[in-house]
Amino acid sequence: MTIEQGPGLDDLIASWREWMARRDVLSSADIDELESHLRDRIDGLAEAGLTEDEAFLIAVKRLGSIDALSHEYAAEHSERLWKQLVLHDAPGADGTDAPAAPIPFLRRANGLPVALALGVGAGLAVKVADLLIDDPAVVARNAAVLVLPFLAAWFAWRRRPPATAVWVVGGAFAVAAIALNAYPFLPGASTVMLAAAGSLLALWLMTGIVEARGAWRSDTARMDFLRFSGEWAVYYLLIALVGGALSALTIAVFASIQVDVVPFVEEWVLPCGAAGAVLVAAWLVGAKQRVIENIAPVLTKVFTPLFTLMMLALIVAAVLQWNLVDASRDLLIAFDLVLVVVVALLVYAISARDPALPPGWFDRLQVLMLASALVVDVIVLIAMIARTGEFGFTANKTASLLLNLILLANLAWAAWLQVGFVRRTVAFGRLERWQTGYLPIYLAWAAVILLVFPPVFGFA
Amino acid sequence: MRIGKDLVAAAATPVVLGILADGESYGYAILQRVAELSGGELEWSDGMLYPLLHRLERLGHVESEWRHSSVGRPRKHYRLSAQGAAALAEQRKQWSIVGGVLDKVWPDGADGHRRPRLALGTE
Repeated sequence: MTIEQGPGLDDLIASWREWMARRDVLSSADIDELESHLRDRIDGLAEAGLTEDEAFLIAVKRLGSIDALSHEYAAEHSERLWKQLVLHDAPGADGTDAPAAPIPFLRRANGLPVALALGVGAGLAVKVADLLIDDPAVVARNAAVLVLPFLAAWFAWRRRPPATAVWVVGGAFAVAAIALNAYPFLPGASTVMLAAAGSLLALWLMTGIVEARGAWRSDTARMDFLRFSGEWAVYYLLIALVGGALSALTIAVFASIQVDVVPFVEEWVLPCGAAGAVLVAAWLVGAKQRVIENIAPVLTKVFTPLFTLMMLALIVAAVLQWNLVDASRDLLIAFDLVLVVVVALLVYAISARDPALPPGWFDRLQVLMLASALVVDVIVLIAMIARTGEFGFTANKTASLLLNLILLANLAWAAWLQVGFVRRTVAFGRLERWQTGYLPIYLAWAAVILLVFPPVFGFA
Repeated sequence: MRIGKDLVAAAATPVVLGILADGESYGYAILQRVAELSGGELEWSDGMLYPLLHRLERLGHVESEWRHSSVGRPRKHYRLSAQGAAALAEQRKQWSIVGGVLDKVWPDGADGHRRPRLALGTE
């Protein structure tokens, strides 16, 4: 007869640790301390003649109930119930007693020194261009070319992409810079606005290639860059809001002592701050990645129902009034924005969804959202095409029509896939791949309005 | 005899500070010392000592440091700070006042054959 060997003491303690670690309020340093205590107690009991198993059980029991214990820890460490962004990474801060190797200055706080330096660089680039060119319109047109290289540099430093990727992206920046500045745009041309918008989108997507370490074909890398973009946009807006409030306060405070700081704020703080915040927001996304829940998907959950309601109301109103056909020529641009919002709501819902979960009420709601967006857009398209003869094909109108068709095609197929997913005939991965696979089409649209539109429409 | 929960909670801080006043120590050893000094009558769940130590550390009464035991096990050692020594002196004063009052209330000792001086109403 053999004696069944039970789990060893180390296994017992490992599973005990795992059990304790489920409590957010217990840090790993606390559990280390409790483990050290537990082992001392087990040794003491084993000396008194108990077996290891018995000693373990009694020692755990004597620690007290885990609920009471974590309640006591929570009373002392209430801050741990709120996840915090930790900027200092001092050795031993994670509770290990082994002194960690000192972190090089540049790598501290997730590379904050580098991000700040690049942010200052971006601000200076905008300001130097402003001082050299002395034409705000030209500087504004070159915003992407001036600022995004610093973002690309940040990614290059963080992610160490292969040299080819850096060269390709650098080439794209050069092409955009040449097109924006060498094309003989007429004064007040609408193609300039389009080209500037196209350069923003195209160069943002190209910067993503650096972030993806050159693996631009990978669906996961693309999805990660989409997640980055959503979080970045939220942080950028927050920084802009707080920055705006702070600037207003500064102006008001100085005005009260008869010092006019408006020119300083307008000429220095605003352009440098807007450029630098691009880098700070990018740093923040990386620094908080594992600390704070992604906010874009949360906003998506909140706004998908509201946005769906808005579109359903719009359909009802349009049918009752039946005057969309008479609407103004800006209608198409407004509806491009509606479709962009719908795509964004869809993409960020997908980006945060657990692929293994079965379809639920939210996925059905998305079907409704997609269907209503399609109905609204078809009404608008019919109205606009019917009146093309009257308005003619201007650059603006052609660009928005193109974008509208691109988004419509995306949403139509996405709706089809979504219906299949809800009926469980389509795997979730296909929804994801459809959206990530669509990125090059946006890039192509942006490249066309940047490079092709100005010559085709005579730089007008 | 079990000592009531509130009294244990109130006594825990001066007892722990007093033990640390004899020299630095760590959680398990502090609990052993408490058991030894009280003959096992003053007891609380082992785990509860640690949040108390953390609170004392946050208040600045003790300082802590991770060290290795003789068998190579990591252990967090606690040491009384100057401020902790002052806090201990203050607590000691307060407790001796309370003790003095109780002595006067119960002059015959703990055996129970005494006249209840604090009884309200008539005897």
